[in-house]
Formats: sequence, C-alpha cells, structure tokens
Amino acid sequence: MPEQLTPGTELDGFHVGECIHSGAQGQIFRITSPDRGFPTVMKVPRLGASEARENLISFEIEAMIMPALRGPYVPRFVAAGDLTKTPYIVTEWVDGTTLDKLLKNGPLPAGELAPIGAAIADAIHSLHLQEAIHFDIKPDNLVLKANGEIVLIDFGLAHHARFPDLLAEEKRFAAGSVPYISPEQVLGVRSDPRSDIFALGVVLYELATGKLPFGVPATMAGMRDRLWMDPVPPRVRSPQMPPWLQEIILRCIEPQADNRYQSAAHVAFDLRNPEQLALTKRGSKLLRASFFSQMRRWWHARRESVGQHAVSRSQISTTPVIMVAVDTSNPDDPRQPVLRRATAQTLSLSPEYRLICVSVVRAAPVAIGATDDQSASGIHLDHLVRLRHWVEPLRLPTWRLSLHVIESTRPESTLLDFARRNNVDIILLGAPSPTQHSLAWWRSVASTVTANARCSVYVVRIPEPGLPPDSPSTDFAPDPDEQRSA
Amino acid sequence: MIIALLSDIHSNLDALDACLTHASENGADRYAFLGDIVGYGADPQGTVDKIRSYVPSGAIVVKGNHDDAVETHARYMNDAAKDSIDWTRKTLSPESKAFLSSLPLVLHEGLMCFVHASAASPERWDYVDAPNAARSSADAAKATYTFSGHVHEQMLYFEISAGKWSAFQPTPGSPIPISSRRRWLALVGSVGQPRDGNPSAAYTLFDPVSEQITFHRVIYDHLAAARKIRQAGLPELHAYRLERGA
Repeated sequence: MPEQLTPGTELDGFHVGECIHSGAQGQIFRITSPDRGFPTVMKVPRLGASEARENLISFEIEAMIMPALRGPYVPRFVAAGDLTKTPYIVTEWVDGTTLDKLLKNGPLPAGELAPIGAAIADAIHSLHLQEAIHFDIKPDNLVLKANGEIVLIDFGLAHHARFPDLLAEEKRFAAGSVPYISPEQVLGVRSDPRSDIFALGVVLYELATGKLPFGVPATMAGMRDRLWMDPVPPRVRSPQMPPWLQEIILRCIEPQADNRYQSAAHVAFDLRNPEQLALTKRGSKLLRASFFSQMRRWWHARRESVGQHAVSRSQISTTPVIMVAVDTSNPDDPRQPVLRRATAQTLSLSPEYRLICVSVVRAAPVAIGATDDQSASGIHLDHLVRLRHWVEPLRLPTWRLSLHVIESTRPESTLLDFARRNNVDIILLGAPSPTQHSLAWWRSVASTVTANARCSVYVVRIPEPGLPPDSPSTDFAPDPDEQRSA
Repeated sequence: MIIALLSDIHSNLDALDACLTHASENGADRYAFLGDIVGYGADPQGTVDKIRSYVPSGAIVVKGNHDDAVETHARYMNDAAKDSIDWTRKTLSPESKAFLSSLPLVLHEGLMCFVHASAASPERWDYVDAPNAARSSADAAKATYTFSGHVHEQMLYFEISAGKWSAFQPTPGSPIPISSRRRWLALVGSVGQPRDGNPSAAYTLFDPVSEQITFHRVIYDHLAAARKIRQAGLPELHAYRLERGA
C-alpha cells in the first residue's frame, strides 16, 4: 500500500490539493490538475489492519458502477486507481450542502421539506431508471445544490442489475446505514429498488421531526424490529405537520415493500402536488398500532427470510407515470372517447400506473367588472370540472389520479415542462383531427410534443372510416423520383 | 487486444460464421475455441477447417468431450449423440481427426486459463453449473480468469471472498468490468447448440487490458442449420434442439 497521501503529491497524473474531508472510511482531496472543466476530487480509502477489505470492496463497487451512471443526479466519474496498488477514485466535486448539515438547524417545516424531498425522489428515480439501486440513502449522502437539485454520492454499497453484485451473500451487519436500511436489507436482500424508497421515508421523517423512526439499534435483533414495528407517527413529534406529509412518509416506510410507493417518481409527484393526495388512515393517525396488532406483526415477521423477498430483475423496471393531455375546451370532440379508451388500455397494464390529466387553457384576460363565473378562477374551476367529468368513466381510485388545469398561451411547452418536472414516462394526446389536412400535423401540439418529449408519446387517432381498401395509405403525393424508379 | 471466446460449436458452420463476423466487427483480434468443435451438427469438416485456419495466427484451441469421442468412442453418451459422432468419424478427413486428437485439454496464458469443462479434472468432463463447481475449477486452474463451455449457457461466476463464489446471469451486449483483483470464471455460451430457449448463437468477448467482458447473442439462420441436420440424415433430436434453442 502507498504511504498516506499528502497535498502536493502527484498520483497517476493527478495533482493532489488540500484535504477537505478526513473520516473513518477515508480521505477526500481536491485535485488541482489536470483541469476537466469541472472541479474534481480524489477519494482515498483509509486502510488500517482490520477494516481494509471492506473498504476496498466499496471502492471496487464504485469503480464498477459509477462509470455506467449518467445524469445530473450523480457526480461524474473520472478515474479509478489500481485497487491492488493505489486504490483511489476521482470524481466530479459537487458544490452544495449535505443534508446532515441541514439537520443541525432543527426540523424543517413541510413547505421547506417538500421541495427537498421531491428533489431526493427525482434523484433516486433517475438512478432506478438506470437499473441501479443506491442502498445507502441517508442525509450524509445527499448533496443539496444551489439550484435545488439533489446529487447522490457514495455508491460503495450500490447495486447495478447489469453487473455482478460484489456484496451478494455478504451477511454482514453493516450492508447499509443502520437507521435507514429497509427491512428487506436487514434480511440480506439486495435486489429491491423499493429499499431506497424506505430509506427516503426515514430521511423525510428525520428532516421533518429531527428524530429517527427506528432509532439506532446496536444489535441484529434490534434491526429486525423494523420488520414489524410501527414507528411513532411523525405528527406526534411535529404537531404542525400537515396530514399529507405524514401520509407520504408513512407510506414510504411501510415494512412490506408491496405496501410502499412502488416508484420514487410517485413520491416526488405527491410531494409536489399535496393537494391532490388522497389521504388514508396513515395521514391522520396519532397513535401507533395497538400492542396486539404489533405483536401479530412481530409473530409473522419472526420467520421472514430472504426467500420471501426475492425480487425478479424485471421488477427493477419502473412503475410509470402516465400523462394525458385533454382538450377541455372541446368536450364533444369525437376524439375524446378514443383518447379515453387509449388511456384506459395503457393504465390496464398495471394497477400501480398513475394518471395525470392535464388541460392547458388559454389564459384569458379578466375584464373589469366581470362576474365571478367569468373570472380567471371561475374559468379554471370550470375546466377542472370538465376534466373530472372526462376521467370519471375510467373509475380510478383517487390515489392513482391527479387533475391539473394550467393556463398558458403555449400548450406545447407547458405540456413538455409539466411532463419533465413530474417524471412522466408516457404522454398520451390526440392527433390533429382528420378534417385538418397534412400540413396541420407540422403545426400541431402533438407534433411538437412528440419531437421534443424526453419520454414516449402515444399520439391517438380516430381510424378514418369509409376509405376503399385499395386506396393509397397516405394523403401525401408520392415523391416524383420514387415514382420514376417504380 | 480483444479475445473472442467460442465454445460448443458442434459442427454448426452457419452459427460459427455468424459469430466470427460479429466478433471481428466488434474488434476481436484473437480467438479462443473452447472445445466441442464437432458433434450434433451437419458440417464437421467445414467447421474443423474454419477453426484450423485460425491456428497460424495464434488461436487457442482446446479439446471438448465430443472432439475426444471421435477418437475414443465415449461410452457415456446417449444414442443420438453417439450416432452423430459415428457419422462425424466417417465424414472427417484423417488430417482433421489428427488435429482434434492433438488438442490439449487445458491451456494457460498469462492470467487466463482455457478449458472445455471443469479444470479440476478436465478429462472427466464435469459440468461447471454451480458456484462451488466454479470455485473448484478456478482453484485447479490457478488463474484469475477461467473460460469454459460444456454447459451451453452463459454465466459469470465470481469470487466474493476467500473460498466463497457467486453466480451472475449476464445481459447480452452489456459490457461488465471484471477487475483482476478477484477471480472469475465465465461460461461463454454455445455457438452451435444453445439450450436456454433462445436459438441465437452465443459467444463472448474479453478485453484483458480494460478488464471487460461482454457476452453476446448473434442471430443467424438457425432453421437452415436445422434443415441441414435433417438432410444429412442425422438424428431428428439435434435438428429440433436447434429450432427451439433447447
């Protein structure tokens, strides 16, 4: 092993600058050159006699997984040293504050917590979309940037579905951070992305109340408590907390992964749109489950083992958020039932799929002396009622559904923005009507959304009736060159 | 250097050609054939000729149990496999039979070991089909990287900690970093007779410099290869398996 690294030395072409962090696991140094166009740091493990191996596995995992990750929510990977000679990792330095520092100022009110929580959920969702699971979500590993985004750091316990899991079958106590790890992680399951959602719930609980829902157990038996234990409802600890926030937090930390949010995108959405959230008993309860009901859960949990928590790789795929753009200004348009049918078909693929209905209405200037019905809020309400009427035949439970009327003069960019901010996976919208002709497509909302969306877009059309079977399949005039060659 | 690892070709020249083309398009400049060049398929002579043509440029070739059976009349094989070997014996030229007979069971090069079945006792043709079997093969191979076939599936075994191994099912076409810090055993898949329900040919690329392995599946006309087996009058079972990839 090399001597301890000191500022001023050069390692594999990297000039080592000041040490900015020194902990039990290792040290972090700034890199002064070469310049990559963004600040970089070198992480070096602390290799004592006893803990050497464990530290190195986490370096090996980071060196394996980080180069495969993309996007604004993970630091860019630069290089890794030879683990047998000079173990180190060079990555982008993310400027911001880790959330553990934020915690020092006491609990956050709901209004401040919700956007931070949604940003954490965005980052986790982006990771899950890339077939990776972090497995060590905790305040120290969440960096809040000035722009409000969260960057995830420390991938030493992470898992990527396309790479062998170097921590597989490691029954070590510490495969995660004790207060935050999910019940299935306690049992040694390392394949369920919903473990990150559990940890997110613990982080939200802690940020909102200043307390940990399951404490910091020091024994394996204490860790197993979270397989059945009902934590103190956060509103007991923070009486000002609105019921919607308790609802979201408690749903994240359900002991059974099937009862949690199935996608981090859904957590982000609920934190951003709390007024749309359907409250259950979770949101209002102020008492833990009764002694007997907790004993019952303990009895069932005591035999739980890895086998019952096996997750197939296909489950790592996401649980989509579907957005449908409804033209509430023309409720009788013949395309409406066709669009509704397509929406129903898409939703039928999984009971976990969520639907966001959006209507973009042109903002009308409010005339002086207008009555209440004609005012902006009156128009808004009118469209909301029409939207509710449109979606009613789908008979969706309220928790799967949210309705939004947005006033804008540019429906294309409004829909695109809304879809991006809410991690939408599929956008459904209607094509220009068959009476409008080919040129209409290029000017349509559908074409702009299709061209610029970051997700899949289903453009729904009414099949044109009455064409004879031998008529050409498009209205476009054939290309003259093509005609000649034919 | 990128090494193409091809095993269990089983006289399927169509599948071999498809994999060799795919490998060279993806930068392979070194070839290793991990045994079972013949048996089951309809073109033993063409397959042996093709593989021999890679020997002058440094290809690695080891012997599989079907190659061995051409010479030794293996008693353990089932009737269909035996019929195919008897036919192969009649079809192959004396030089080709001498080539198969001359092949070694195990070859070592640097950190790598190439062997058809388990390196623990290669002449017994034991299957490496579980983490413990991978561990004994890698222990006997005394190599960082052990490459094998025989099982007709793609799998990556790796050492988690001293004496403890695990298995990973790779995603075709997705490169996997395999650091020389730990030991690995890759089952490279079968070129000529895949048995995992997917009829496309299987092989693997390994880049020893960047320490990356990529398992590949290559689509080829497997129905044509099955037809040739029937036309040659070989047992129906072998044609059926190619059609189903089973």
